[in-house]
Amino acid sequence: MELQVTNSPFNQEQAELLNRLLPTLTDNQRIWLGGYIAASLGTATAATAAPASAPLAVLTENAPVISKEVTVLFGSQTGNSDRLAKKLTKKLEENGFQVTVSAMGSYKSNNLKKVENLLIVVSTQGEGEPPDNAIPFYEFLHSKRAPKLDTLRYSVLALGDTSYEFFCQTGKDFDKRLEELGGKQLTPRVDCDVDFDEAAAEWMNQVLGALSEGSSAQAAGAVSQLATSTEVESEYSRTNPFRAEVLENLNLNGRGSDRETRHVELSLEGSNLQYEPGDSLGVYPENHPRLVDELIEALGWNADELVPAGKNGEERTLREALLRYYEITVLTKPLLTQVAELTSNPELMNLLSAGHEAELRTYLAEHDLLDLVQDFNLKGVSSRALTALLRKIPARLYSIASSLKANPDEVHLTVRTVRYETHGRERYGVCSVQLAERVEAGDTLPVFIQNNPNFKLPESSDTPIIMIGPGTGVAPFRAFLGEREETGAEGKTWLFYGDQHFSTDFLYQVEWQRWLKEGVLTRMDVAFSRDTDQKVYVQHRMLEKSKELYQWLQEGAAVYVCGDEKKMAHDVHAALAAILEQEGGLSPEEASDYLTQMQQQKRYQRDVY
Amino acid sequence: MSENNLLSPNSAPHSDVEEIKRRSNYLRGSLEETLKDPLTGSIPEDDNRLMKHHGSYMQDDRDLRNERAKQKLEPAYQFMLRVRAAGGVVTPEQWLMMDRVAKKYSSGTIRLTTRQSFQLHGVLKWNLKNTIREVNESMLSTLAACGDVNRNVMCNPNPHQSEIHSEVYDWASKVSDHLDPRSRAYHEIWLDGEKIVDSRDGEEQEPIYGHVYLPRKFKIGIAVPPNNDVDVFSQDLGLIAIVEDGQLKGFNVSVGGGMGMTHGDPKTYPQVSKVIGFCTPEQMIDVAEKTVTIQRDYGDRSVRKHARFKYTIDDRGLDWFKKELTARLGWELAEARPYHFDHNGDRYGWVKGSNGKWHFTLFIQNGRVKDEEGYPLMTGLREIAKVHTGDFRLTPNQSLIIANVAKQHKKKIEALIKEYNLTDGNHYSALRRNSMACVALPTCGLAMAESERYLPSLMDKIDPILAENGLQDEEIIIRMTGCPNGCARPALAELSFIGKAPGKYNMYLGGGFAGQRLNKLYKENIGEAEILENLKQLFAHYAKERNIGEHFGDFTVRAGYVPEVLDGQQFHA
Repeated sequence: MELQVTNSPFNQEQAELLNRLLPTLTDNQRIWLGGYIAASLGTATAATAAPASAPLAVLTENAPVISKEVTVLFGSQTGNSDRLAKKLTKKLEENGFQVTVSAMGSYKSNNLKKVENLLIVVSTQGEGEPPDNAIPFYEFLHSKRAPKLDTLRYSVLALGDTSYEFFCQTGKDFDKRLEELGGKQLTPRVDCDVDFDEAAAEWMNQVLGALSEGSSAQAAGAVSQLATSTEVESEYSRTNPFRAEVLENLNLNGRGSDRETRHVELSLEGSNLQYEPGDSLGVYPENHPRLVDELIEALGWNADELVPAGKNGEERTLREALLRYYEITVLTKPLLTQVAELTSNPELMNLLSAGHEAELRTYLAEHDLLDLVQDFNLKGVSSRALTALLRKIPARLYSIASSLKANPDEVHLTVRTVRYETHGRERYGVCSVQLAERVEAGDTLPVFIQNNPNFKLPESSDTPIIMIGPGTGVAPFRAFLGEREETGAEGKTWLFYGDQHFSTDFLYQVEWQRWLKEGVLTRMDVAFSRDTDQKVYVQHRMLEKSKELYQWLQEGAAVYVCGDEKKMAHDVHAALAAILEQEGGLSPEEASDYLTQMQQQKRYQRDVY
Repeated sequence: MSENNLLSPNSAPHSDVEEIKRRSNYLRGSLEETLKDPLTGSIPEDDNRLMKHHGSYMQDDRDLRNERAKQKLEPAYQFMLRVRAAGGVVTPEQWLMMDRVAKKYSSGTIRLTTRQSFQLHGVLKWNLKNTIREVNESMLSTLAACGDVNRNVMCNPNPHQSEIHSEVYDWASKVSDHLDPRSRAYHEIWLDGEKIVDSRDGEEQEPIYGHVYLPRKFKIGIAVPPNNDVDVFSQDLGLIAIVEDGQLKGFNVSVGGGMGMTHGDPKTYPQVSKVIGFCTPEQMIDVAEKTVTIQRDYGDRSVRKHARFKYTIDDRGLDWFKKELTARLGWELAEARPYHFDHNGDRYGWVKGSNGKWHFTLFIQNGRVKDEEGYPLMTGLREIAKVHTGDFRLTPNQSLIIANVAKQHKKKIEALIKEYNLTDGNHYSALRRNSMACVALPTCGLAMAESERYLPSLMDKIDPILAENGLQDEEIIIRMTGCPNGCARPALAELSFIGKAPGKYNMYLGGGFAGQRLNKLYKENIGEAEILENLKQLFAHYAKERNIGEHFGDFTVRAGYVPEVLDGQQFHA
């Protein structure tokens, strides 16, 4: 085809140049050029950080009228729900549905009463709470302002982790509340454990089936000319992890520190994996060989015996299966229940019986499979029967500590080694201790990128950012600053950091010093809790600087918090509220509303764990 | 001859340090702010230059430097803090204070220096202020312990002649006080002293030093013959007490000594001072002040390696100096009186002073006060300080005298010495008892090789060679430094080692036993095996062919191993 101004997006000169060039190309050259342009486009779109849902919205506007409309809402903390919602949307659109997809945080709740088909994908945090950006919608739905939803059909996909007491609680809450408001279940809620891929796929099929029944959606097969992604899609994913080579693995804590923090650099070369600052890396770890051997011995098993261990039931030796496939460090209530059924162990049944909830909670929190085997004398249980009850070892997610622009083909992690002793035995963080003890440069680790749209730099590089990240919480801010340095962003930056000791625990100290000197980092405040008589933490430094901090907020600064959820994130939130009250003269309610608004505007984002 | 001094209108550009001092507003610089910067344990180099005048400077643990760089941590910055006491005399309360702050704020040990001062290492920036405050509350100071000013005034601790010590020590304190910097900066920065808007300038604020202080450090030491433990000839200004009929008559004045040099730069050399006359005790302060001001005005301010007083004298001649001094004093020094030195080491163990009090000189290897397995020196000294009613005296050879023990307390002190395994060093070879080493690695930024950490183990290997030759009780002065700057006064030892590279030393022979003669390079850049091989041969020869009473240094000169060096300008010849 001859390119012209009228049939292409090019101007006269460009069209002529291309017309001269294109006919001369061989097939191989054409293919190469296509990939090259697509790849460079991929990077370009990443840089502008456009909301991922934008292309979909444009498409649905121009699409022919479809008889069935579906709203997909997701509440996501680490990005899993987000990703599943997008996948669901794609699937629905391919089947001719008109889909409105939105994060709960940016959904106009007034529109809810008009919705006929609602699909919810939501995860649960810590003690059964909704993800940060789902809280306003969650609260709206549970308030008196919630509308009657008599004409609503809905279904919920709940993500969670059975090792937590309030497993999938947020999904359960939505399910229950939508029913209370008059909604009818389209298909039953599905609660997913950490290994959610299969269960989620199954739920999607059920939903699709139920929606298609009696709808006239079949007509529109043509609609799904989905914009073919301009990014070079990586073939690697959560279900097909890339084996990344370890380039560097060192301890960031100086001699004499109580802590150990690994700085791990991995190569993504050849994977086509892309990420943005704020994203996470999933790592599939291996269990500690010592624990595996002790477990095999305690059960009286034979390490070489074969057991099913794999999606398709492929068999591996027991030792191999326990090292690489099954989770043995976390106990869940379903597991204990099944073990009790399997063994009819009276003490175990007693622990699971009504009236022992607190005891059970403590037991689950403090023990692993080896304890279970020893405490309830499970020696002799069949290896096949017991392993069939175990969960697949889940990937560990770490906030990425590097900018891909600053470190092409690399991804860096900051991982604190978890070691402690309890019930007479030393315990290890599965992945962190593997990194600390058994991974060296040249080894490979199975990894995947976990996008986190809820922890992203502001769209404008001029927007000031305030970053609060004590301990390993500082990891994504190394990525943020690397990115801002690389892109020459001019917005002001302010980092709050803290740990135990200045001398040994100041992670990435010389890098912050350099960024400060070069102006990439505008200011930095630190709190070292064990260097002073009174323990000081980041929130104290924030309060000391409340006037300047308020000034930054007035200038439109975006606030990012990363790290420990239970104490730090809570205290930092309280400090922000206190600063708004003190410096802005807001009432406690107004301060709280202000922060909620900031969350909705994505000016207050958290990556806490 | 240098024309880069304050008085010369045609001088070459002054060194960076001169400019830093000039801009510092009498040693303030930006220390107030940079000490508070919470993001680094360091201070900028300009402020570090000024810090020296406050008695401290920045170092880092060089053992950890590479490791920490990989860990993306800045070097393990820390500060050396020098606490001075004229003549090395401190009270038991002051000893207990040093013990406390060492434990609380530093690496936990104390070092006794070759200038009768204390050194704490490993003080973090955040702890400097508290440390210095506590030191001052105890009536000691760090002011001018380093920097381009007069340093700690040394004085023979003399446990024998109690009255003479008391009198000489008194003059040492007076001259020390007289030459203290007058700037209020020290009080403002460390002691929360009121900031006074001071309209006085230059000579009014620092009547002796002026606003740029001296071109380089300046050292004064007072010896009481026959003991030359202060190495009076290594001082910029040496004073030799002249005692006649049990009375202090005055001091012989000796000028232009100094130890430091630079490897490979023959224009730098160690020098012994020259005696130029005699003054009465009352005249001594004036002589010291005028000598300091001559160096202030004529010292080389453009090349720091050439800025010590010894070069000012050597460049212009002794006659010039005498003339200038006479002009400034308005009177002339009297002719030098006769004196005689017979050694420059310490004498260990109990001595009864002329006042009837007892004095015990402890041997402390390389001045390092710490607790070791079976040898809890630091604890022992703490326990002694708790009950001691006399004083402590730091010796010029890094040892310690428990001084002025009343007869009725001697038993108690003796029991504590025994209980904690403290020692007069009698079971060591005489060579070890006469050894000194500087601090060097890992904290000293100048060190090219190990010194304090290494000399004891080298000595373990030398001892059998001495024993083989029956020399274990022969007093031989041995000194080691990690670089050629001369902290342990190596150029005046009979046998010395100056670091060149890790594990490599220059070996020098021929220094005078009484510190009257410089030594001379014998072997260059040798390692331990060669050191031991050379010593085997030398000691065997010395044991066999020495004259009666002949010292090792004298022997090596007579036997032709090295030529005699009576002036530093022949040191490299």
